[in-house]
Amino acid sequence: MSPVHAWLALQAVASREIAKFVRQGGRLASALVRPLLWLVVFAAGFQNVFGVSIIPPYDTYIPYQTYIVPGLLGMVLLFNGMQSSLAMVYDREMGVMRLLLTAPLPRWYLLLCKLLAGTLLSVLQAYVFLAVAALFDVGVPWSGWLYALPVLVLAGMMLGALGLLLSVNIRQLENFAGTMNFVIFPMFFLSPALYPLWKLEESGATVIHFLATWNPFTHAVEAIRFALHGQVAVHSLAIVAGCLAVFFLLAAWGYDPQRGLLRRTGKPG
Amino acid sequence: MTEARAVLLEARAVRKAYGARPALKGVDLAVHAGEFVALLGPNGAGKSTLFQLLTGLFDADAGELRVCGEDMRRTPVRALGRIGVVFQQMTLDLDLSVEANLVFHARLHGIGGAESRARIADVLARVGLAERRADRVRELSGGNRRKVELARALLHRPAVLLMDEATVGLDPASRRHLLDEVLALRAAGVGVLWATHLVDEAEAADRVLVLHRGELLAAGPPAGLTAAAQCASLSEAFLKLTGAPQAAERE
Repeated sequence: MSPVHAWLALQAVASREIAKFVRQGGRLASALVRPLLWLVVFAAGFQNVFGVSIIPPYDTYIPYQTYIVPGLLGMVLLFNGMQSSLAMVYDREMGVMRLLLTAPLPRWYLLLCKLLAGTLLSVLQAYVFLAVAALFDVGVPWSGWLYALPVLVLAGMMLGALGLLLSVNIRQLENFAGTMNFVIFPMFFLSPALYPLWKLEESGATVIHFLATWNPFTHAVEAIRFALHGQVAVHSLAIVAGCLAVFFLLAAWGYDPQRGLLRRTGKPG
Repeated sequence: MTEARAVLLEARAVRKAYGARPALKGVDLAVHAGEFVALLGPNGAGKSTLFQLLTGLFDADAGELRVCGEDMRRTPVRALGRIGVVFQQMTLDLDLSVEANLVFHARLHGIGGAESRARIADVLARVGLAERRADRVRELSGGNRRKVELARALLHRPAVLLMDEATVGLDPASRRHLLDEVLALRAAGVGVLWATHLVDEAEAADRVLVLHRGELLAAGPPAGLTAAAQCASLSEAFLKLTGAPQAAERE
């Protein structure tokens, strides 16, 4: 695979993903409505219930809306990552996946192209959400917009890789609802997206607290939170990077016809 | 005569099973440059399984698959670069234009810029769809969609073309037209493996391979197969070999 071939293939996959995104006009709207509902409605109702003490990276008391912004950015990335999974399943059902998998490119590279294209869309949506949040006067430091970029890319890739991994085993679009119930919601609620984890510990929910600390999404949210305030959460970043590597390698293994899970799923004919 | 030509596609003792159910039981075949080979078999014979293995979608349990000398297991990327495929199931993006589908494919094969535009113009003219290049695939008839798939399969100038029941769902005129287009590729030295369960399509082939229940039952020119089976037509010979009266009724 020459560098020119690799670049053209990335262009092919990315431009198709972008064209699909543009065509599906409601996708950006729904990607924004979800976190905005949390930010504007939920946070308005609960800001006096969920008191947040001064915890790093904050050096003063912050409004609840400000606290949940990193989690809602994570939510945008999480949903879009799962959308990648849905797109893979859709492509498989529509037959387009066959075209991709029979292209003269290594499978891992095709998956990487898919992952990068999905991440690009995820990060763009995350920034649109930040801009809309700023309109509601829930801003983050302007420098945070810049510092957050590499972290949003890394977190977007990790969640996209999880989506790719899930798509290995999701055989039909109908099964996507299961992904929502068993992956997206547990990952979101078992994280510091809406409340700091010490609150779980304090309330005696030790099992839930334990699960939350092992949740990769927890670390994605924390890495974003620190980056928005110009700080580096080394521990969380390392976990996010590690999870990205593991999820991507497992997905590549799953799509390998000689070793992966797909090997067992051919149909006679 | 074909023995003197280069072997483009080769399968040796290929086996594949789905659990305990064997789909291919040691299949051998070869397609030479400029040769049109029909893989004739009733539904469930193992044709699509063989195509999935030939295109690297799945791996064979045993045996060897080579495309222009490249082993599908060891050097799949190089092998896939020499194959053009039209699958039984349509693989176009319905919401993209004809041209966008072809650009997508060209880029996946490392073809971009002016070269891509020239080739797209060439293949669309070849299949008579130059005027429809801006149309969304969703707006095309089934026959024209198949033509786009053929154009796409030829875009990267493959040495060998695999057609997996590509005429399914087409009316007789479209079917004939597609077959003629593919037959014409022989002159350019392209080897074609055409899987079908329709005997009349196989009659146009240089050689016919009869596949049934995962085994190759016979191979040879249509006339030779008919004579060897002591039948009046290829259709009768096929039925005699496969013992499939249901298929005969459908024909």
